[in-house]
Amino acid sequence: MVEPLTNPLEADAPGPVIELIDAGKTYTSGTIEFEALKGINLAIHEGEYVAIMGPSGSGKSTIMNILGCLDTLTRGQYRLGGTDVEELDEIELASVRNQQIGFVFQGFNLLSSLPAWRNVELPLVYGHVPREERKKRASRALERVGLGDRLDNKPGEMSGGQQQRVAVARALVGEPTMILADEPTGNLDSVSTRDVLSLFDELNNLGRTIVLITHELEVAQRARRIVWVKDGAIVRDEVNAA
Amino acid sequence: MTWMESFRTSWSAVYSHALRSMLTILGILIGIAAVILTVGLGLGTQLDVSAQISSLGSNLLIVAPGSSTSTTGARGGFGTSATLTIKDAEALTSTVNAPDISGVAPESTTSLSLTANDTNWTTTVTGTTTAWTSVRQRTLARGAFFTQAQADASAAVVVLGSETANELFGTQNVVGQSVVISDKTFQVVGVLATAGSDSSSNLDDVAIVPFSTAATDLVGGTASNAVSTIYLQAASDTQLSAAYQEADALLLNLHSISSTDDADFTISSQDALVSTATAVYQTLTILLTGVAGLSLLVGGIGVMNIMLVSVSERTREIGLRKALGAPPWAIRRQFLIEAAILGLSGGILGAVIGVVAALTLPAVIGSSIVVSPLAVGLSIGVAIAIGIVFGVYPATRAAKLAPIDALRSE
Repeated sequence: MVEPLTNPLEADAPGPVIELIDAGKTYTSGTIEFEALKGINLAIHEGEYVAIMGPSGSGKSTIMNILGCLDTLTRGQYRLGGTDVEELDEIELASVRNQQIGFVFQGFNLLSSLPAWRNVELPLVYGHVPREERKKRASRALERVGLGDRLDNKPGEMSGGQQQRVAVARALVGEPTMILADEPTGNLDSVSTRDVLSLFDELNNLGRTIVLITHELEVAQRARRIVWVKDGAIVRDEVNAA
Repeated sequence: MTWMESFRTSWSAVYSHALRSMLTILGILIGIAAVILTVGLGLGTQLDVSAQISSLGSNLLIVAPGSSTSTTGARGGFGTSATLTIKDAEALTSTVNAPDISGVAPESTTSLSLTANDTNWTTTVTGTTTAWTSVRQRTLARGAFFTQAQADASAAVVVLGSETANELFGTQNVVGQSVVISDKTFQVVGVLATAGSDSSSNLDDVAIVPFSTAATDLVGGTASNAVSTIYLQAASDTQLSAAYQEADALLLNLHSISSTDDADFTISSQDALVSTATAVYQTLTILLTGVAGLSLLVGGIGVMNIMLVSVSERTREIGLRKALGAPPWAIRRQFLIEAAILGLSGGILGAVIGVVAALTLPAVIGSSIVVSPLAVGLSIGVAIAIGIVFGVYPATRAAKLAPIDALRSE
């Protein structure tokens, strides 16, 4: 048997794409300090579908902001795709958000004056993708979420479920390292909720890393792994059996 | 993000708030149009005045009684006696003492009532010599100027300005008609060709009589020999300053004055008049342009105001764009371009309206407006600069927004 040139362990099991190491966040307002994250450790590997679950005030929004590079830690380390995010400046952070993270917000956050495809192409605009290719990729992303026939519709002409699917297409279009969804079903009725969640299932089956933040158990249970957060700490981290 | 992308985004922001953008543009537009018009009006008036002064005649020196020196200010003649008389004018005609002066036209002017048939008309009656037409560069439309023989005989003859003839007779075909001035009947021998008006008087509303006739029949008394102005014509352009020296020396000598500072007369040249008038109008233009510039400043503040509104109502959009990967410079550029679009549109529209007004207004207000391409180009540049300068603060504010706060804003 010939010795392989590389360590097979490394090739088969690369490090986690998302890694929080002793991550702490303290908000200071005047003389009052509030410790929103009390030194948590979390590792998420490529292809995982993780729900971060907790009541409001548990610190899950803080985790979302940290993971999305929208906020910085006051202590500890956040490594995204092997890079220590804490060392990046504002322009590099913008580039990380652009390349590695696809956001899905509770309130959709679509630009109402732009048609669906123009909304979807936005990350590519900031990613310096040429115009013709942007339109092609935006159309493909919209087709993937089942809105191939609504390219030119403005958000106001679509239902809430459809708008959220446009937002998912926007999160997909840049082929990010992870899709980060913050209460994506919070503004949706049960039919649209099911709709969007099945979309996440499909995307995960295609190998996408998804981090979903929610306070609803039924939503969390669609994920393969549930991380329970309470009072700024992880209280349980389990593989979802259901 | 390319410049083209930034521009497209900014344009759609301007376009989607059409009314608001139009009102902001209006502020800049008014400022730019005002600047173009005031500068144009100033330049136009300057040219008008220069042209009027040139129309007095060429190579002209104007001798007026009284002195105005920089140290003593204006000084009138001594007592009631006139400081310039027909004797001075006669002395200046000497080819020996004043070889560089080719023509001398003294003028004594009085405002008198003229009567023809039943019509009365008050005008400026000027007593002068036969040299007047050549020195003042006037021609006759009808008849002829009075002759030296008529002047020597103090004949009761008059040459009327075209307007005066019209007012008195309703026609210019009046040679041979009679006009009564101060109870004396004058015969009209000629009518002057139209010359327009200069800064102080209507050149077409005049009555010209021989100086001797004016002195004996119209003025009388001690003032009869006094002249209000002596027009001197230098033989050529190059002899103008020599003519000036000769006139100055001659008059000082005649008046027994030793120092130029004490002179009781003033000699000015056309050039001096032009530059004085030009300086006055330049000051006026600068003042008015300053006022117009203020309205431009107000327009700029309008741009800033609307940009701040634009930033604050799009805080969420800014947050989203940042979350999707827009670096601060892209956000700043987007808002700067938006401000520049407002400034540029205002500048171009203002220039168009200013130029159109400059072309149409002279017909209404009767004074010319000169549109200088430099002023137009410059004001469009200034408009863009105003947009950008007043856009910097709002744009920087947008660029500095933390994405997380921006996203949370409602």
